[in-house]
Amino acid sequence: MADIVLDKVSKRFPDGTTAVRDVDLEIADGEFVILVGPSGCGKSTTLNMIAGLEDISSGELRIGGERVNDKAPRERDIAMVFQSYALYPNMTVRENMAFPLRLAKLDKETINQKVDEAAKVLELTALLDRKPANLSGGQRQRVAMGRAIVRQPKAFLMDEPLSNLDAKLRVQMRTVVSRLQKQLGTTTVYVTHDQTEAMTLGDRVVIMRGGAVQQVGPPQELYDHPRNLFVAGFIGSPSMNFLHAAVADGRLRTALGDVPIGDRIRRQLDGADAPRELILGIRPEHFEDAELLDEETRRRGMEFDAPVEIVESMGSDKYVYFTVEGERATAAELEELAADAGAADFSGAGSNLVTRLSAESPVREGEQRRVWFNLEKIHLFDPASGRNLTLHEGRAAGALAD
Amino acid sequence: MSINATPAGADVAAEAERPTGRHAAVPGQRAGRRPRPPLSENKRAERRLGWLLCAPAALVMVLVTAYPILYSVWLSLQRFDLRFPDEREFVGLDNYVTVLTNQFWWTAFGVTALITVVTVVIELVLGMGLALIMHRTLVGRGIVRTAALIPYGIVTVVAAFSWRYAWTPGTGYLANLLDGSAPLTERASSLAIIMLAEIWKTTPFMALLLMAGLALVPEDLLKAASTDGATGWQRFTKVMLPVMKPAILVALLFRTLDAFRVFDNIFVLTSGANETSSVSMLAYNNLIRGLNLGIGSTMSVLIFLTVAIIAFVFVKLFGTAAPGSDDGERR
Repeated sequence: MADIVLDKVSKRFPDGTTAVRDVDLEIADGEFVILVGPSGCGKSTTLNMIAGLEDISSGELRIGGERVNDKAPRERDIAMVFQSYALYPNMTVRENMAFPLRLAKLDKETINQKVDEAAKVLELTALLDRKPANLSGGQRQRVAMGRAIVRQPKAFLMDEPLSNLDAKLRVQMRTVVSRLQKQLGTTTVYVTHDQTEAMTLGDRVVIMRGGAVQQVGPPQELYDHPRNLFVAGFIGSPSMNFLHAAVADGRLRTALGDVPIGDRIRRQLDGADAPRELILGIRPEHFEDAELLDEETRRRGMEFDAPVEIVESMGSDKYVYFTVEGERATAAELEELAADAGAADFSGAGSNLVTRLSAESPVREGEQRRVWFNLEKIHLFDPASGRNLTLHEGRAAGALAD
Repeated sequence: MSINATPAGADVAAEAERPTGRHAAVPGQRAGRRPRPPLSENKRAERRLGWLLCAPAALVMVLVTAYPILYSVWLSLQRFDLRFPDEREFVGLDNYVTVLTNQFWWTAFGVTALITVVTVVIELVLGMGLALIMHRTLVGRGIVRTAALIPYGIVTVVAAFSWRYAWTPGTGYLANLLDGSAPLTERASSLAIIMLAEIWKTTPFMALLLMAGLALVPEDLLKAASTDGATGWQRFTKVMLPVMKPAILVALLFRTLDAFRVFDNIFVLTSGANETSSVSMLAYNNLIRGLNLGIGSTMSVLIFLTVAIIAFVFVKLFGTAAPGSDDGERR
């Protein structure tokens, strides 16, 4: 049980690359914090530095108030779970779980008792005498968790522990991890590249990009009030729609029509060095089939007509894909996100729009449909810096706010 | 190997490899044999093709190994001395009795066993150290590895001659350090020099095999051990060594079989003087120098049997598997 504090922690490799840049993070005792980001963002390096498996180039790391920069991993009293599970192939499940206790020189009876307890929690009792080679992926994963919890360490560090499991098991293990963490109340730092895992598991999520922290906060806050283009695009599935928007005559010219802007945004755009082109961001659920809405709601948004490309019925709602003419939104962040999703070289003409409409909508593929979107929920980003212009005192308030 | 390629030496050399291959296939076969469902027509045709494709290679093997082996077994059962060709006669196991009751044989056997055990143990320790260094080296990796492998790249006989000159009083730089004594004229120091030459030459080979084993230890496993509280030594003994065990056993097997057939270094350094003969040396002296085909063949058959037993012990008792063979059963 301990808090973990990263104070301007950086990692530079001998070849000159900086993997982690001035990360400031305070993880409270018992908190479940997720580090998330695309591959190469420095999240695993950060975790390894906390574990002591990588040296810290500069900055300070404190566990339980004590500076541990120069301590070996075994002196830090932390347990780590790896993506590959890293079970010792020559030992049985029992021996694997007992390994850290044996190294700590506990007596046999205590070791057996602790291993049995942990095995019970993770439902591994029947498997204790098996070798890892004879276990399924999910079982191996549980043994790896068991090896971490027997020791009652100050903190758990998990490096993409569920990534090697198949989709169904991953969802199941997610709840196991979550329940276990609540039950034990141990400070946990969890690394993942999967934004769904990040959203569902953590008390707080740390989004990283290029070695730097982008935003830290509870999942819902990151979703509703993204600080920049990267966070907005990374969190959410399907992800936020981004459209090019040109500033003209106090309005925004976009592929969806001219979007009005409120006083606050206008003031920001009045400056001499203010951007003349913006990126408009709208989440899929902030669209709706215009037909289904009452006058009152319709007045709070804007409408446009577009051809329906694909309809995916999810039962509870429908994902409807539209193609709209017009310039694409371009920014470094968006390219990086596309590359991470593996879609960098996949782009048709115009922009694609993903919308999430009510299941009642009679929308059909191929037809022209009138779609409404909520002006109070849209975000505006500066393509050069990626900053969210609609954010005011940490809250996003749409484009119309005064 | 160049000198070793006498008929007897060739038998042993070829045979040494065979038991390894044959036994190594056993675990995999055993798993598949018991239920044995009837083969489909397709499968049978495939299997027939397999045999046909193997046939040419198998035929060559039979010609160059099986025939000489059987021939030397046949020779070992005869009194056959080329100096007295008329006295050739089938004598059954008499030659074996002669050899196995002969003190020269047992002295040579003892020397060979000593050289085998001492060199293999030292090579294992040094080789492991060298493998760890080569594995961990980050800068100048290629140079370090190349430098370490140089001794293995030099022809044994050439290296042996350089050792001989080095230890020759008056001309050798190593002998000159010993103020005038001649180490190659005494038994203990001769054996020590022979072993030194062997170790110097084959440690790189051991290191190479062990390095392949080191590459099999996942980095995550060592990281996990670190966070579990293991010191560097504990990581080495409790995680690395057990995971590497198959590779270590294979390396030991290869080296033991090789070391037991030690010939070149002794031939060049002492020619077997002062009771420093190995069994291969003794067989060579009887067979080629003494022209006694009967006794010489008996010795080579005995060497073959010893090597086969060593291989058997490694494979059956220690569970050594040849690299690449399926070891899923033992885990």
